[in-house]
Amino acid sequence: MSDTHAAAPGGSSPDAAGEIVSLYAAQKKIYARAVSGWFATWRWVLVWGTQILFYGLPWLQWNGRQAVLFDLGARRFYIGGLVLYPQDFIYLTGLLILSAYALFLFTAVAGRLWCGYACPQTVYTEIFMWFENRIEGDRAKRMKLDAGPWNGEKLLRKGGKQLVWIAFGLWTGFTFVGYFTPVRELAASAMTLGFGPWEWFWILFYGFATYGNAGFMREQVCKYMCPYARFQSAMFDHDTMIISYDAQRGEPRGSRPKSLAHASLKEAGKGECIDCTLCVQVCPTGIDIRKGLQYECIGCAACIDVCDSVMDKMNYPRGLIRYATQNGMDRHWSREQMLRRVLRPRVLIYTAIMVLIVAAFAASLALRTPFRVDVVRDRGALARIVEDGRIENVYRLQLMNATERAQRFRIDVEGLVGATLASKAEVEVGSTESRWVPVAVQISPEAAGSLGAGAHPLRFTITRLADAEGGAVDVREKSTFVVPR
Amino acid sequence: MSDFINNGWSVYVAAVTIIGLVACLALLIVASKRKVMAGDNTTGHVWDGDLRELNNPLPRWWMGLFVITVVFAALYLVLYPGLGSFGGKLGWSSTGQWEAEQAKAQAAMAPLYAKFTSQPAEALAKDPQAMAIGERLFINNCAACHGSDAKGSKGFPNLTDGDWLYGGSHDKIKETITGGRQGAMPPMAAAVGTAEDVKNVANFVLSLSGSAHNALAAQLGKEKFGACAACHGADGKGNQALGAPNLTDKIWLHGGGEQAVVAMINNGKTNVMPAQASRLTPEQIHVLGAYVWNLSQGGKQ
Repeated sequence: MSDTHAAAPGGSSPDAAGEIVSLYAAQKKIYARAVSGWFATWRWVLVWGTQILFYGLPWLQWNGRQAVLFDLGARRFYIGGLVLYPQDFIYLTGLLILSAYALFLFTAVAGRLWCGYACPQTVYTEIFMWFENRIEGDRAKRMKLDAGPWNGEKLLRKGGKQLVWIAFGLWTGFTFVGYFTPVRELAASAMTLGFGPWEWFWILFYGFATYGNAGFMREQVCKYMCPYARFQSAMFDHDTMIISYDAQRGEPRGSRPKSLAHASLKEAGKGECIDCTLCVQVCPTGIDIRKGLQYECIGCAACIDVCDSVMDKMNYPRGLIRYATQNGMDRHWSREQMLRRVLRPRVLIYTAIMVLIVAAFAASLALRTPFRVDVVRDRGALARIVEDGRIENVYRLQLMNATERAQRFRIDVEGLVGATLASKAEVEVGSTESRWVPVAVQISPEAAGSLGAGAHPLRFTITRLADAEGGAVDVREKSTFVVPR
Repeated sequence: MSDFINNGWSVYVAAVTIIGLVACLALLIVASKRKVMAGDNTTGHVWDGDLRELNNPLPRWWMGLFVITVVFAALYLVLYPGLGSFGGKLGWSSTGQWEAEQAKAQAAMAPLYAKFTSQPAEALAKDPQAMAIGERLFINNCAACHGSDAKGSKGFPNLTDGDWLYGGSHDKIKETITGGRQGAMPPMAAAVGTAEDVKNVANFVLSLSGSAHNALAAQLGKEKFGACAACHGADGKGNQALGAPNLTDKIWLHGGGEQAVVAMINNGKTNVMPAQASRLTPEQIHVLGAYVWNLSQGGKQ
């Protein structure tokens, strides 16, 4: 078997010229040039929108408490007027499924929209790069600064940038923890640095993750860590609007005198690409879009913005790099022709599924009862015989009050002939309290005789009694009644 | 105590762990270089005539992460148990952690319970907080046998009826919870006499509580009841010092009626209430005892 290697398919020829290289390459630092334009403006709109929401939400109050608070200790999750229990996790599942389908839908329509505009990795990188740009200057200045010797100015600029980054990272960590610990109390402890051990851990951890990912890892996260990045490209088809370089218009690329008019490009044997490489310089992942679609492309459209500005300067029509579908490029379709293909089965199916989930989600929230009930049979003894030979079963009802006021409940049994409640029928459960209530149900010996031995279905009806803030609501829960042999 | 049946296995597990760790690191270093064709950045491998393998190197920090995991594993194995039966330099154990957490929780609860321990059951019964704690303790620790509503079932005493085998004062209840109880009714058939005598005694016992019985048989059984009187008393009212049940009420822990009573006299019975001292603190037992006492008073809370 010693010649297995030589027989391996495509085995390398031993004498081919080559060099030994490391399989682990050092990361090349990317100096992305700042960009402005239509798409960059949209990205900033989303940066502001998502971040005002993220940093502001914990500070909103609702009826004297924090409007959005996930109290892990007490296992209650407050979102506005909603009080959710761990048992309501189905809503989180629904939200995640919804997010997934939204991602599928957007990706099918226009590629990696999420990556380019709204992903936290993009958003924080954008913010951190803005700070970097303010403090160290744009691309050329940063490259010069990095190449230059360590002097007072370099120390000041680099140190200042780090300070701002760290402060911003810590603020982000603080805000994140503010969703789980009341943020106002957290702010008070921030004055004395009196956080608890887990608060310290999460503020520092989340802060460090923000600082590290947005300051240093940047495109590496998208290229090597992000699972979405890889499977999103699998959702493209030939009618997906992706950022494309129009090679037929652009090639042959090259420099030309500014005096060369657009109309006479053909005679001069030139394409529209002047090979200024600005599209490469602005790319946050350091690729050349003119090589076609690559997995590194996060769809941020920075190259479109910068190329359009160059086209404007050259008095060429815009759109040498533009959102276009593969079919559109191949068949020279107009924008309208491409957009007509947006409503294709894949997109319609994703949309239909999303509409269904949104409807189910909204209906479920709207019809949600202000309490939950679980019925657990006593396991120690299935049934017992009490006075006059009556058969008694004992249950435990967990009553979970999902409102912030005390509620009274009435417990009834139904669905089993002759079954009566042999314990207290009305119970009060305090604000957001979850309480176990033992309940005994009896039937007469005659009824038991006619039912026969075995387990018989039975239903509990738990009615929230009408109070000042709401009418009567009832919930039915199934259980069984056991008649012993 | 070692988790292994003999020390050889411990050494074996430790050796496999260390070799695995070293092998991971060695593989990382040995396999970190590869030949790349000059110019086209491929490895020179060609499959199916035109499928070429590109050299797409991983970032170096990725390898750094791998090294960090190996360093972490080495540190972990020094500090925590993992290498065979070696217990780790920190002396950590899951039992130890549990005990530390228990101690911490109990220290946190101490001020709450301190308020309760100085109060008698009567006062605690009026304290809704104490009763809520008592209810939770009961449901978590007692309800499995005595039922969620404390009314018991066959073989498991009803705690709400005011009938007590060993006494129903707060102190007695606490004693029962703390130390548990061993109830033993010996087989008495031989002492009573013939099968006919046993049946007669059973009818007499049933007559004491006014339960359905054969009056003639009861009359005949009365003289044979002497054998029972040692524990249950001449009047059949039982003896709480021995845990002998009162036979004059209609409460039948192991079933009423002639058949059940005859079986009890013939076979006897051993019944156990397990001690809770190792599961609950004296303070918890104080509150729990008050809760149970209150139940037997009709749950006036």
